[in-house]
Amino acid sequence: MHNPQLNANGELTHLLSIEGLPPAILTQILDTAASFMEVSAREVKKVPLLRGKSVFNLFFENSTRTRTTFEIAAKRLSADVINLDINKSSASKGETLLDTIDNLCAMHANLFVVRHASSGAPYLIADHLRRVGRDDIHVVNAGDGRHAHPTQGLLDMYTIRHYKKDFTQLRVAIVGDILHSRVARSDIHALTSLGVPEVRAIGPETLLPKHLDRLGVHVFHDMAAGLRDVDVIIMLRLQNERMTGALLPSASEYFRHYGLTPQKLALASPDAIVMHPGPMNRGVEIHSAVADGPQAVILPQVTFGIAVRMAVMSIVAGN
Amino acid sequence: MNLEITNGRVICPQTGVDRNNASLYVADGRIAGIGEAPPGFVAAQTVDATGCIVCPGFIDLGARLNSIEAELAAAVAGGVTSVVVPPDADPPLDEPELADRLVHRAREIGKARVLPLGALTLGLGGERLAELAGLKKAGCVAFSQAQRTVVDTEALWRAMEYAATFGFAVWLQPQDHWLARNGIAHDGEVAARLGLAGIPVAAETVAIATILQLARETGCRVHLTRLSSAAGVTLVKRAIHDGLPVSFDIGIHHLLLTENDIGYFNPHARFAPPLRAQGDREALSAAAVAGLAAICSDHTPVAADDKLLPFGEAKPGATGLEVLLPLTLKWAAAAGVGLPDALARITSAPAAVLGLEAGRLTPGAPADLCIFDPAATWVLTPEALASRGKNSPWLGYPMTGQVRATVVGGQVVYRA
Repeated sequence: MHNPQLNANGELTHLLSIEGLPPAILTQILDTAASFMEVSAREVKKVPLLRGKSVFNLFFENSTRTRTTFEIAAKRLSADVINLDINKSSASKGETLLDTIDNLCAMHANLFVVRHASSGAPYLIADHLRRVGRDDIHVVNAGDGRHAHPTQGLLDMYTIRHYKKDFTQLRVAIVGDILHSRVARSDIHALTSLGVPEVRAIGPETLLPKHLDRLGVHVFHDMAAGLRDVDVIIMLRLQNERMTGALLPSASEYFRHYGLTPQKLALASPDAIVMHPGPMNRGVEIHSAVADGPQAVILPQVTFGIAVRMAVMSIVAGN
Repeated sequence: MNLEITNGRVICPQTGVDRNNASLYVADGRIAGIGEAPPGFVAAQTVDATGCIVCPGFIDLGARLNSIEAELAAAVAGGVTSVVVPPDADPPLDEPELADRLVHRAREIGKARVLPLGALTLGLGGERLAELAGLKKAGCVAFSQAQRTVVDTEALWRAMEYAATFGFAVWLQPQDHWLARNGIAHDGEVAARLGLAGIPVAAETVAIATILQLARETGCRVHLTRLSSAAGVTLVKRAIHDGLPVSFDIGIHHLLLTENDIGYFNPHARFAPPLRAQGDREALSAAAVAGLAAICSDHTPVAADDKLLPFGEAKPGATGLEVLLPLTLKWAAAAGVGLPDALARITSAPAAVLGLEAGRLTPGAPADLCIFDPAATWVLTPEALASRGKNSPWLGYPMTGQVRATVVGGQVVYRA
């Protein structure tokens, strides 16, 4: 099957999902991001790589944080950034997704950063651009439904590599609502592609997708067993609407079984790092003592995220 | 008017007749004989079927006729001479007058025969019974909820009791409302990978179990439409074995495709019920091979704009009338089923479900015929389809088997 993310030379032209990307491309992105870390520390935090290019942030679903990090990354690459909050404009007037895209193409966009509530929406956009002969416009998925959040996956890999150096000796646990999590899916594909020998998923059966084992993941329902000797713990956010109802009885019962407390963290490897894509629910999935503790690398994740998004945008726009 | 179809290979799956270079004779809209002309027969019209199969016209147990003229033209272009139309039109077919109008309109157009399913409940709402006897009188062949479910089990029980009172059949697409309501794809590996909300197999099996139990209680004759899972097939097979008056059909796409065909979110691979796993497809195929189920097109024309959407927002379904034959032949070749048996699944098997005298070539049966070249290949393109529905996962693929002529009631209604 044709991989819509790669051009005829096998280079990254859109970033839609981690799945299907060769490990060499993942490593190229991480290496490029490392070179951009220095830019953010400068007095003048800019490089001219995307000068004269227009980056359109198309957020069909609200997310101030992700949009802001993409905006900062694009500006540090010297691009012009246009933020479009589609919820409030076209969609409410009945314009279809692809009508919106055609209009923005006519405004000479170079790169679309897309956040959408439906899984696969960025694929539809990339496929449409190919059909209308606009291979010069690139798409970066900033989160689609439950499917993928590839830049989050990459910044998680950057973080892990930063602290742990070698992927091939690690045990990594992903804890929480994997069923509804695009971050978890991107992390799983990235970890397995980069050679992590043991990826664990920890959560109640109601929050785990069926056939998770087919993705190369070991499933644990008992958090204590799942955390034993792991080197990296990735906590997932539990959305408010999942906390009560048929999936879970209450936030407090969830915290008792799947919240990361100092006691549970002690079961992991002594130098284990704790990650979270944010925003955190303190007291629901993570205890404050852990979130603010010495093993948490949650704020560095945010910093690395900007460098990773710079890397992704500069690579796709350069190909 | 007398019609002679010459030089074809005449196949009647029902009787086992399979004769090369034979003539089929039609008089007064009915089959008059095969091989030897009836005494005094003089053909007013002749159709040369050299190199072609001459068989009963196909009976499609499910086709939506959104724009009736185009879709009936598509039917006969696909060799389909009778179409069962589900009641989920706009408005739903829940009043005798609507059924009456549909039947008359179809007669005016004069292509394929239209056999409407009446709505089981008003507006397909699942609460109040529609006027079943009145709908029957207006031409409805059975009663259905199409893809809508009767959520209230008591309402379903009463509807089946009422239908049983009059000896009417009830056609149900087994899907538990609660288990299916948020889902968009089979709750399997692909949905897990792509982050698509799942429709579990239990959505089908729970509904089948309920329906079968109510069929036992009420004695209502039940036809289950578009089964999608191996577990569902197992339940229905057991019920048939137990002697319950139950039959079922399978959409042709479910015999050929699986969840893997969703690929990168291809909206043309969105179906209701969803395409399931390889094991499910194999079980459906085995049931069709064994002759337990009829095959139908589940023809669902969808406007281009309603497919150019993210997978979960795209309307489910595919165009089917004009691909029923080539896809059935494709399935048969892959499953090792001979031509007469393959044709049985789209002729005599659906005729048995409906209790029709069509679907066979016995003298006196209605002369509803399909004449097709089994070796002719063509490419499925939007332009190749008479249907308004250009939506297909097979766009761009070669098809083998092409209809040359279609006869309904002794009239040649389509010639390629």
